[in-house]
Amino acid sequence: MITGFLALYIFMLAAFTGYEIISRVPVILHTPLMSGSNFVHGIVLVGAMVALGHAETPIEIAIGVVAVLLAAGNVAGGYVVTERMLEMFKTSKPGAGSAGAGPHRGPR
Amino acid sequence: MTLPSWMPTVVEAIYFIAAVLFIWGLKRMSSPRTARQGIVWAGAGMAAAIIVTFFLPGMHNLGWMIAAIVVGVVISWIVGRRVPMTAMPQMVALFNGMGGGAAAAIGAVELIKFNAALKLVPDTSPIQPEAWADVAGHLGTTELVLAFVGVLIGAVSFTGSLIAFAKLQGWMDRRFVFPLQRWVNLVIFAAAVVCGAIALAAGIEGHAFAWGWLIGFIVLSLVFGIAMTLPIGGADMPVVISMYNAFTGLAVAFEGFVLQNEAMIIAGMVVGAAGTLLTQLMAKAMNRSLGNVLFSNFGAGGGGATQQEIAGALKPIDAADAAVMMAYAERVAIVPGYGMAVAQAQHKIWEFAKLLIERGVKVKFAIHPVAGRMPGHMNVLLAEAGVPYDLIEDMDDINPEFPNTDVALVIGANDVVNPVARTDKNSPIYGMPILDVAKAKNVIVIKRGRGKGFAGIENALFYADNTRMLYGDGQAAASELVAGLKTLDV
Repeated sequence: MITGFLALYIFMLAAFTGYEIISRVPVILHTPLMSGSNFVHGIVLVGAMVALGHAETPIEIAIGVVAVLLAAGNVAGGYVVTERMLEMFKTSKPGAGSAGAGPHRGPR
Repeated sequence: MTLPSWMPTVVEAIYFIAAVLFIWGLKRMSSPRTARQGIVWAGAGMAAAIIVTFFLPGMHNLGWMIAAIVVGVVISWIVGRRVPMTAMPQMVALFNGMGGGAAAAIGAVELIKFNAALKLVPDTSPIQPEAWADVAGHLGTTELVLAFVGVLIGAVSFTGSLIAFAKLQGWMDRRFVFPLQRWVNLVIFAAAVVCGAIALAAGIEGHAFAWGWLIGFIVLSLVFGIAMTLPIGGADMPVVISMYNAFTGLAVAFEGFVLQNEAMIIAGMVVGAAGTLLTQLMAKAMNRSLGNVLFSNFGAGGGGATQQEIAGALKPIDAADAAVMMAYAERVAIVPGYGMAVAQAQHKIWEFAKLLIERGVKVKFAIHPVAGRMPGHMNVLLAEAGVPYDLIEDMDDINPEFPNTDVALVIGANDVVNPVARTDKNSPIYGMPILDVAKAKNVIVIKRGRGKGFAGIENALFYADNTRMLYGDGQAAASELVAGLKTLDV
């Protein structure tokens, strides 16, 4: 069980972790990172499953199903979108010359 | 199906590993070289956490659960794969809203269960300890408070994100503003809090509350999310989406506490803090406070002081001349904005830039932090077109270089290059950091029409002596520039 001050410590440490991770990010990665953190809070699916797994009355089950549905959308969508953005990041290889690489880089 | 007694320990261990992978993954995502692996690590943690959750003791409704997961995953996966890169900001808003809605729904289920159990307890005061012990789904005071707060934040994030999505998607292109709007919103918020507080107070004392309070609380929270987002203009949506992203993180952390799920607490809190910082960074890039974004009705017109008149005329140029000008320049800076995204011109622009590079011109891409609809939006689009990120410069790095730049090519950017932000104290964008495009020796602006930018302000840059206007759709104009360069080589 997590209670009282232990919870407060977890909240505090996790908050600092999040703050530290972002504070050193170049602007170029802000959008993918926002999308990535959007994927990470998709962990809400686990909670939705627990809520639905212990639901008993029809109304609880109905809301639980909605929760799982929405959360599953968050997870899958968040992953795909982030992955698509990050797929595109690459450096021009030093020495290779970007002109020569041009024709081979078709549109995706 | 009976599960072995060690199963819960295994589940806990996997949750722990998942939490580590999330933080590790986000860490990797914060550097361009390792970013790809970052999402894969986080994804692995997520998959493991979801799978082991099926093996928690006492899980029912597995059929419904699997069906809902499959439907949700398949639809989002397909939508996420198919949307064009330019639509990414609204997709983040949409998926974020779904997460917020899920968090609110979890809180609702837990509160319903709690209240239903309370209703079975004989309503005596003080409450009988033995009856209290029977209450299934017993929630302590902290859990109750966090459950309510989580529902409020999650619900606001849900409807707010959906409105943001609709606005960016172009389904709702006008801002919805009426007199006393702020006060109406405040009343809605206060009413939601009052409904929640009444139910909460009863719950803490161990009395069942009337369902109406809970329903009122949830409905009013949802309405508040809509009401709060409606008056905010499209240009401010990046900040708003980022804020709702942080909201969803917090809601997830709070509901995680209610469910005693450590993975949810840590992941939610990390996102909550990271999202808050990101929101501040974005607001700062526009030189505005978050309160200003949310409550100022920016760009609504009818401001008090009159803005300075801008003297001069718009001087058009045709694409062939523009191409020649850049072909014989030494340094060219390309400044993209949202117009490039709308026109999907990033591929053509890169093709043009490559031709210039072949001719020995030094080409840089200059990115304003809030160009487009999200910070880094332009970076993503240029990356999609294949522009190596070492050609892309941030505002602080490129600004000192503009005086040495022969030609600045502005495509679809407006407010972020408007010198009025430095010169006119009465302008609504006064003080916003801008790209010093006006200091380049020559400026070429590709623009569809003579309209104003998102902020609805005239752009002094367009009237400057060294500026030439190249009218046309971004993609068509870029194609003409490419054609112009090619004829030079014949």
